[in-house]
Amino acid sequence: MSTPQHQMQQQAAPAPNWQAAPGTSYTSPIPVTRTHLGHALASEWTKIKSVRSTMWTLGVFLLLVVGIGLLVAAQTSDADYAEVPYTIPAFFGLILGQICLITLGVLVVSSEYGTGMIRTTFTASPQRYRVLTAKLLIFFVVAFVVSAFAIGFVGLATSGMHGGASDNKWGGTVLMGALYVSLLGVLALAVGSMLRHSAGAITSMLGVVLVPAILPAFLMMSESMRTIGEKMQEYNAPNALAQIFELDSDNGGGGPQLALLAGVTAAAIAGAYALLERRDV
Amino acid sequence: MIELEGLTKRYGEKMAVNHLTFAVRPGIVTGFLGPNGAGKSTTMRMMLGLDRPTAGDVRIDGQHYDRLKDPLKYIGALLDAKGMHGGRSAFNHLLCLAQSNGIPRSRVHEVLDTVGLTAVARKKAKGFSLGMGQRLGIAGALLGDPRILMFDEPVNGLDPEGIHWIRNLMKSLAAQGRTVFVSSHLMSEMALTADHLVVIGQGRLLADTSMADFIQRNSRSYVRIRSPQRERLLDVLYGAGITVVETDGGTLEVDGGKPERIGELAAQHQIVLHELSPQQASLEEAFMRLTAESVEYHAHADPSLADPSLAGTPSPSAPPPPSGGQGRQAWGSDWKKG
Ligand SMILES: Nc1ncnc2c1ncn2[C@@H]1O[C@H](COP(=O)(O)OP(=O)(O)OP(=O)(O)O)[C@@H](O)[C@H]1O
Ligand SMILES: [Mg+2]
Repeated sequence: MSTPQHQMQQQAAPAPNWQAAPGTSYTSPIPVTRTHLGHALASEWTKIKSVRSTMWTLGVFLLLVVGIGLLVAAQTSDADYAEVPYTIPAFFGLILGQICLITLGVLVVSSEYGTGMIRTTFTASPQRYRVLTAKLLIFFVVAFVVSAFAIGFVGLATSGMHGGASDNKWGGTVLMGALYVSLLGVLALAVGSMLRHSAGAITSMLGVVLVPAILPAFLMMSESMRTIGEKMQEYNAPNALAQIFELDSDNGGGGPQLALLAGVTAAAIAGAYALLERRDV
Repeated sequence: MIELEGLTKRYGEKMAVNHLTFAVRPGIVTGFLGPNGAGKSTTMRMMLGLDRPTAGDVRIDGQHYDRLKDPLKYIGALLDAKGMHGGRSAFNHLLCLAQSNGIPRSRVHEVLDTVGLTAVARKKAKGFSLGMGQRLGIAGALLGDPRILMFDEPVNGLDPEGIHWIRNLMKSLAAQGRTVFVSSHLMSEMALTADHLVVIGQGRLLADTSMADFIQRNSRSYVRIRSPQRERLLDVLYGAGITVVETDGGTLEVDGGKPERIGELAAQHQIVLHELSPQQASLEEAFMRLTAESVEYHAHADPSLADPSLAGTPSPSAPPPPSGGQGRQAWGSDWKKG
């Protein structure tokens, strides 16, 4: 470890490049910015815009809600709307269309895990919670705007076709319906973040939507399970939408169903955040 | 500067990275070498905060990665797996990265130009060839004009022209004073690019030494001679006290010999030489010997000790950090004690 040896070795080295380096390490001319949520939002907005799956899922969603909605509207008569809101034709499309939003919600996050993009993303933004927050916000806004537009469009078209039959206010159903399906999508995003696997997360979400809609039929057969069956029947996703669109005009609203979904979604989001920081990617 | 201290990663029973301590210094290319499964990619993922270490610590200029406010301007990384969504265009891929760090859009065009992908900027990444994908990954690493660059096997899938390009790129990045850390399992590749060498095997540090020193230490240098007057030459060389080895092909080899001296001797005795060339034994062999030893050590009683004969040598031979006195003087000395 003697100095002479040190110098000798240094001369023996084949002209290393660090001779060119000044006393300090490299400083970039690009100005330094402290990153914040705004940057993450801009990034996630670019991401969601720039993949085909967004166009596909939202395209099919619009096609289902508007297409089926207009078909239903055309098949109905003015008198059908005496008691119910003009947005009711959108309900039938939404039952199928919610699956599109679920798929998109899952893909927003799980496609990153599937392709390895997530490593690039977390290298660029090591504050993982910020990435998830941006994804949740961007997805929610996109899903809400698109579904509100679709439901609103159906409502307008129907009231145009069957105008003047009723003075039922239907603005609230647009917001509630859009909120419900958007929250389902957000729940799917949180599940996708926890499971990290597209097929697994989509299947789980279909289970969440369909099982409570089908299972009560069997649960009702047994006396002891009857109350659980009734609750499931009341709170399952298709029935929640039916309530929101006042299909069953005597107990309309869907407030409790929406509250339940909000609670479940909040819990899933909390779980997603907790797991996000702990796991390897 | 990247500093690792006792970095350890365990996957179940498997110790992927075992108590690694070393530093990657600015201004030079540091080669990170090890056979398949040695733990190179795992180490790099831990450096980037992607995998959580089981034990130990990594610091980037003294900070933890997830505390960096503008990470892309600190570190640019190319990881082994393709880190991109195939359905997104090259431009949009880089744009979303740039936006996440507040890097101006114009910089995306610049890096696309640097890696030569401007013509296909609007094409989807999944249509890219292996080499194009690699270039896009490198563009992402360069995006923030970072002071530290990390490449996990960057020459994978590149054609000779691409390999040449990468090699020069890494050297010029280091020459600008940046820290360049590049992994490989090809010793020959590293010999051309790296100034410093960190070798791991089975997750453990095997060597941390300057490239020049590694070459000097590990490669046999000899002089190869061919002559039609072989017997006379042998006599002369023996007479001069030079040990000669005869090979199968009829050539002669003098270990550590000086071609000048042999040439002069031959001239004095008027011996015709058809070849007189200094040679270096393959570094690849030295590397294989080194890593093969790691397997051997693993089987012995005390797996916590790395090969002391090699791992203990770095500090005297390493070129001093360009940052002058600010670098750790006896870096590597702490684990020598341990
Ligand atoms: N997520 C993981 N789960 C379990 N084992 C893992 C995981 N990642 C890596 N390993 C194991 O850790 C060891 C080191 O792997 P790593 O990918 O870091 O090696 P490497 O040096 O990069 O190899 P290569 O030269 O082949 O790229 C391997 O034995 C691998 O099987
Ligand atoms: Mg690897």
